[in-house]
Parts: sequence; structure tokens; C-alpha cells
Amino acid sequence: MVAALRDFLPEPSVLWHEEETRPYECDGLTAYRHVPMVVALPDTEQQVQRVLQTCHAMNVPVVPRGAGTGLSGGALPLGDGVLLSMAKFMRVVRIDPVARVAVVQPGVRNAAISDVVAPFGLYYAPDPSSQIACSIGGNVAENSGGVHCLKYGLTVHNVLRVRGYTIDGAPIEFGSEALDTPGYDLLALVIGSEGLLAVITEVTVKLLPKPQCARVIMASFDDVEKAGNAVAAVIAAGILPAGLEMMDKPATRAVEEFVHAGYDLEAVAILLCESDGSPEEVEDEIARMKAVLEASGATRLSVSRDEADRLRFWSGRKAAFGAMGRISPDYYCMDGTIPRKRLGEVLTFIAQMEKKYGLRCPNVFHAGDGNLHPLILFDANDRGELERTEQFAAEVLEKCIEVGGTITGEHGVGVEKIDQMCVQFGSEELEVFHALKRAFDPKGLLNPGKAVPALSRCAEFGRMHVRGGKLSHPELPRF
Amino acid sequence: MDAASASFGGRIRAAAEAGTPLRLRGGGTKDFYGGEPDGEILDTRACAGIVSYEPSELVVSARCGTPLAELESALRANGQMLAFEPPHFGAGATLGGCIAAGLSGPRRAAAGALRDFVLGVRIVDGRGRLLSFGGRVMKNVAGYDVSRLLAGSLGTLGVLVEVSLKVLPRPVSECTLQLEMPQSRAIEAMNRWAGLPLPVSATAWQDGVLLVRLSGAPSALLETAKRLGGERTEGAGMEQFWEGIREQTDGFFSGADPLWRLSVPPAVPPLELPGVQLIEWSGALRWARTSAPATAVRAAAHEVGGHATLFRGDRSAGVFSTLSPALARLHRELKAVFDPAGILNRGRLYAET
Repeated sequence: MVAALRDFLPEPSVLWHEEETRPYECDGLTAYRHVPMVVALPDTEQQVQRVLQTCHAMNVPVVPRGAGTGLSGGALPLGDGVLLSMAKFMRVVRIDPVARVAVVQPGVRNAAISDVVAPFGLYYAPDPSSQIACSIGGNVAENSGGVHCLKYGLTVHNVLRVRGYTIDGAPIEFGSEALDTPGYDLLALVIGSEGLLAVITEVTVKLLPKPQCARVIMASFDDVEKAGNAVAAVIAAGILPAGLEMMDKPATRAVEEFVHAGYDLEAVAILLCESDGSPEEVEDEIARMKAVLEASGATRLSVSRDEADRLRFWSGRKAAFGAMGRISPDYYCMDGTIPRKRLGEVLTFIAQMEKKYGLRCPNVFHAGDGNLHPLILFDANDRGELERTEQFAAEVLEKCIEVGGTITGEHGVGVEKIDQMCVQFGSEELEVFHALKRAFDPKGLLNPGKAVPALSRCAEFGRMHVRGGKLSHPELPRF
Repeated sequence: MDAASASFGGRIRAAAEAGTPLRLRGGGTKDFYGGEPDGEILDTRACAGIVSYEPSELVVSARCGTPLAELESALRANGQMLAFEPPHFGAGATLGGCIAAGLSGPRRAAAGALRDFVLGVRIVDGRGRLLSFGGRVMKNVAGYDVSRLLAGSLGTLGVLVEVSLKVLPRPVSECTLQLEMPQSRAIEAMNRWAGLPLPVSATAWQDGVLLVRLSGAPSALLETAKRLGGERTEGAGMEQFWEGIREQTDGFFSGADPLWRLSVPPAVPPLELPGVQLIEWSGALRWARTSAPATAVRAAAHEVGGHATLFRGDRSAGVFSTLSPALARLHRELKAVFDPAGILNRGRLYAET
């Protein structure tokens, strides 16, 4: 394999000694590790094409990787495969401020796009917490979100066109710089496909005008259910906040010690509710938001007076994951989405699981769109704790499905939630997913084993999706 | 499986076995759109009704036969809307037909396309299987995004039994500005404004007049109206105007020449075609009533990186732009995944080969 790649890649672009391949053994989900057989670091599209053609001809699996910040193990390497790093594709190819698009290579960092178009008063809207490090190629693969999704959407709403190669090295392009293309919406299919359908080499993103100003309200509640109802009331009042986040008391405590954002430590839950737009609009909306939050029983309200204030209010939320690192050796971040009205029930369930497994679990919540990030605190050096954490997480994800939600709102399935896919989907839907995969990749060489479980795995997993009292794939043996 | 989806399943399985083409049809308001319909009619209207609607969750789920008008009035009663403003093209329009056609209206450039609001679908595919993709929550990345793939697939992959959509609050207030300017300046202005943080929710230019709809807080509309200038109007008259654009009842859309829909990058200069044009979506959508040959219209769109659809006219020579060989192959394979017997809405999107 190394020799075949060295045919067209220079020496520093092919890594195969363990001391060089070890750094690639995991992505942001460090609980899962595999040292890849070979790491390829192409820097031209032609080289990507050759890597794929070579692997395809030799039947060697390929795992594409962006910045390696993913939280579901989507870029977990294979011991018998090539890890295809897109890290060298860092060029902003073109900015068109008039048509409001930027053409970028997949290794360009999410935040770098907004930085480079800032002089035109534009920005790229999706803002995952990892935005200073994560790359747009990975964002496309995972359909990443962020804290402003409710109003501005996910990656799928903000990407116009994707170019790349299928596993056989054939060039392929989805979408265009027009707002639609003829035929099936393959762009939507490829975005969020977790690197299973194609390798992305160029992305055209939509740019939005930067709102003139933004202000955020911080509201305290003495009860989680009340805070949840306040969120519903804001939306029922016809307001679409730019951001609407909730943190429970354990989360607030942890971040306050870390960043001193001025959070109310007495509150059982705090809400951050942001308005953006013209100064007139924001003033108007903040007044309406305040009225609703007060009527919903907020015990304390403060409104950011200036940009420094606003950033300080947000600093705690944005640093939430980092803060957990201070109070626990390890943490495990979940990503379920639930209908908001079931929030109280799910949080009560999580509290029960804390007792059952003897582990703490602070909660941060993209409240506006129902995306919950419970953070289980554990110590990976304690083998028993890691196992208990995984069981804890599995129970919470299955609870999310039970209340009508989903196992992943923005982090992707990867290897992490692959067993829960057996619970969320029936065998017929999983068969469709596999058939779609075969249409793009008949040999199953691109990122195999991720995102969609094999039906045999579901049978082994033993917790089947039961629909209408009928067990899925009864033809398979149980273990 | 409920009775309606069971009946779809039975009918489709039997048709697949016999190789009988089926033509999925709701109110028939979009019979004119896409390739010539072919096959025995499978009427979707009996499978109707709003299944769940929680205004505070911003999500509505309804069955395919639900009249679009009924759905929109339920939303309106709660101060909400389908933000993509889908055209009905007739009183009988159903939700299923709306999603299958995938068409969006005047607010598209500002709010997003129909597919952007699709959260989940339940379908009966060409093998008679009841399948469920996506869900009723705002953020969901589990599995491939089949729900959005179904939007705009013109019934070629399955019957949309039930659809869940994200809905949005209706704007607090709206007004329309009317400015006189030639086409090239209008294109320039629309793009310039789209790059500024202004509450523009729709644009339409025709015959030397640009109309700009603003939506939002009254204070913001006042500020913006001052800044953009033009004559400001609001109320029923303006709503009727946008309705005329959305439903194509505006005078522009009647006439003998074929109606073409050209989807292009928004800032491209005026397209040189004989006949008349109407521009929407900040320049990204150009309607042309033209006698130019199909090849010339398609070339005009292609040259600037877009595509052309024969929206109304003699469709015997094909409606949609040709796909690249790589994409055409994927289309055939995807069709075979959902409808291996090739019985659903044959030729409605592309000719079966």
C-alpha cells in the first residue's frame, strides 16, 4: 500500500511508521482508538483521486478525516485501511461578496470563513462549539449545527454546492451556485453522510449579512420545568430567538468557577436568549422576550448592555465542555434531540440515571431546537466507570427515542451511537440506507462500519426496534 | 401500519408485481408540472388530516392528502406559516403534492426552500414498504437525510404518507416598496440589499418596476423604507400582488409563449432571451415567457451556471435540464432502491431508461 501511494505522493505525504500514525488514532471521541495502517496527506484534488483509485483497485478501505474534532468517532481509522487526511486543503478559493458565496477547500476552518469574509460585512452562520478548530469538510460530513441553528439552520441549510470524488475516483458535483439543481436533492443526501458516500474536495458556502447588533438576556429559574415552559412561551409568542440556550445548576456551577461569566449560582436553570438584527428590531424583541420570561416565572433577568457583556454571558456556555475538564478527569458528551415539551421528563430521567450509575451529569441544552447535551463525568482510568458511562449514555439516548426524539442532533452517529441506530430505525430503513450506500460505493470501502449498522450487528445488539408489536428482522439469530 | 398506508402498500405491491405504472395524484393542481403523467391514478386524498401540531415546538405533521389550504389556515390561526410560501396552483392542492413538487414561493431567498423545512417523512415506497425517515424534531442527523431527498422527487420514489415540517412565526408586520428601475440595476440592487442586514423577505422585478417586500418589526420596516426609498404600500392590495406571483395568477404568467423557470446564481446580469422576464429571489430565479427554442433557453441558463425548466408549455421534448452522466447514473440507482419495478410516476422527472 505504501509503495502504491508513494508512486504519486511525496515521502512526507505518506505516513506508516507507528510514531507518525499514532497521532491519528482517534478523533474528538478519544474513548475509541485504532492506529491506521497508512495515513495519506494529499494536497491536490488529483492526488485525492489517485489515492481513491488505488485503494479501490486494491480493495483497501478509506477513512476520510478533516480536523479530527468530531465527537462520534466518524474519523476513527481502520487498522487495515488508509486514513485520508484532508488537512492540507486549506485554501479559500474564491469569495464573491455580491452573490454572497465563498468557495473553500474542505480543510478550511469553520471560523476562518467568517474571518475572511468579515470585511464584506458577511459571515458563515453555522457555529459549532469547535468552530475555531473544526473544518468545513467535516462540517459537511456531519451536518454540524451550533448555537444559532433555530434561526439560521444547520450546515445543510448553508451549503450550496459540494465537489468531490466517489470511492472509484470518479469526480462528482452536487448542488450549484444557483439555489437549486434539477433532479433529486443529492446535495441534501451527501451532507451529513459521515464520509460514507464521497470524499469532499471543495465546498461552496452561503454567506449571510452580519446582523448589525445582538443582545442577550440571561434569565434565572428556580425550576427546570419552568425554564422549559419559558422557552415554549417565547416561541409561542411568535419570537424566533437567534440563540436560546439552557444550562442546569451543576453546569452553571462548573463554568462559573472557570470563566466567571456572572451566572446566577442560586438558579436551578438559566436561559440565555439572544436577539439580533437592526438596533430598532433588537430593542423591540428584547422587550417582548423580557415580558414573556418574566411572565414565565424568571427569578432574575439581566440584559447585556454592550458587546463585551454579551460575549461574557456567552463565554460560560461556549466554555461548558472545557469547564467539565476541570471538575472531572473525563466527560462524555451526548447529543440527543427531544420535543421540547418532554424536557422535564427527560431531565428527571437523567437524574435517576445519575443515581443508578453513581455518576454526575450536568446538562447544557440548545433549548430552542430541543438538542440536549448531557455531559457524563467519569474517570477513564477506572474501567468500570467507562463501562457505566456507556450504559448511562445508551439509556439516555434510548429515552430520547422513546419520547419522540433522536439519538443525534448534530454530532453524527459515527461508531459511538451505531447500536442505538438499531433502536431508532427498523431493519427496512437500515436496508434502504445500505442500498443508498451501495449506489455510491458498491464495494463498501469508504468509511465502512460507521453511521449505519449492519443488520447482523443489530441482531447481536439484541435491543431491537419493535414496531407494531413485531420484532424487526426475526429471520436473524439472537445472541 | 394504519389503514391508509396499508391500502397504498397493497395497491403498490400488486402494481409492482403486475408491472402496472401508477400515477400518484392528490388534487391534480400540478398535473402540468414535470414530465407527462402516466399510469393508473393512485388518489392520495383519502389519507388526510393533521396528525400533530404543537405551535410552541414549531413542528407540524400531516398526512399527504391534507389540503394545503387547510394546513395553512391551521398555522395562520396560531400566528405561524410555511415560510417557504409554496404555490398551490389551485384550490385542491394537497400537502403531498406540495412536497413532491418541491416548489417554493416568494420568501424562498430569505427564509429557505421547501426542502429546508422538511424534518421527516413516512413513505410507502415502490415495493410497498412503509418506511420512516427523519422525525419531528428540529435537529436530527441520524441516518442519511432521506426526507430531504424525497422533497421534490415528484412521486418517483414513493408515496409521501405523512410529512413533518418546521414552521415559523408570521412576521409582525409587512410592507412593500415599489421602485422604478431597469432590469440590470434591479439585479444589482437586489443583490446589494441581500448582502446587507435588511428585513427583505421577497423581491420581484418586471417591466421596469421592482417590488421589495419587508417583514419584521414595524420600527425596522420604517428604517429600511427610509433607506431604500420608493413608494411604500401595505395591506390587501400588496398581499394580492405577492399572491399573484406565488400562484402565477399575475398577468405576466398568462400568454401564448411557453413559460420557463431559470434558476441561476443571483448576481448574473440580465439573460438575453426574446420575450418577457420576471425576476424573483434577489435575482436567483428568472421566469421567462419566450418563444426561443428550448436549446437556446437551456444554453442561456447553463452558460451562467444554472439550469432551465420548461414550467408550462409543450413538454414532449423534456422538461428538466439533462444531468451529467455521473449524476444520471446515481438517479437511476436511487430510483431502483425505492422503486425497482419502475412503476411510480414514470417519466415525471426523467425518462426511464
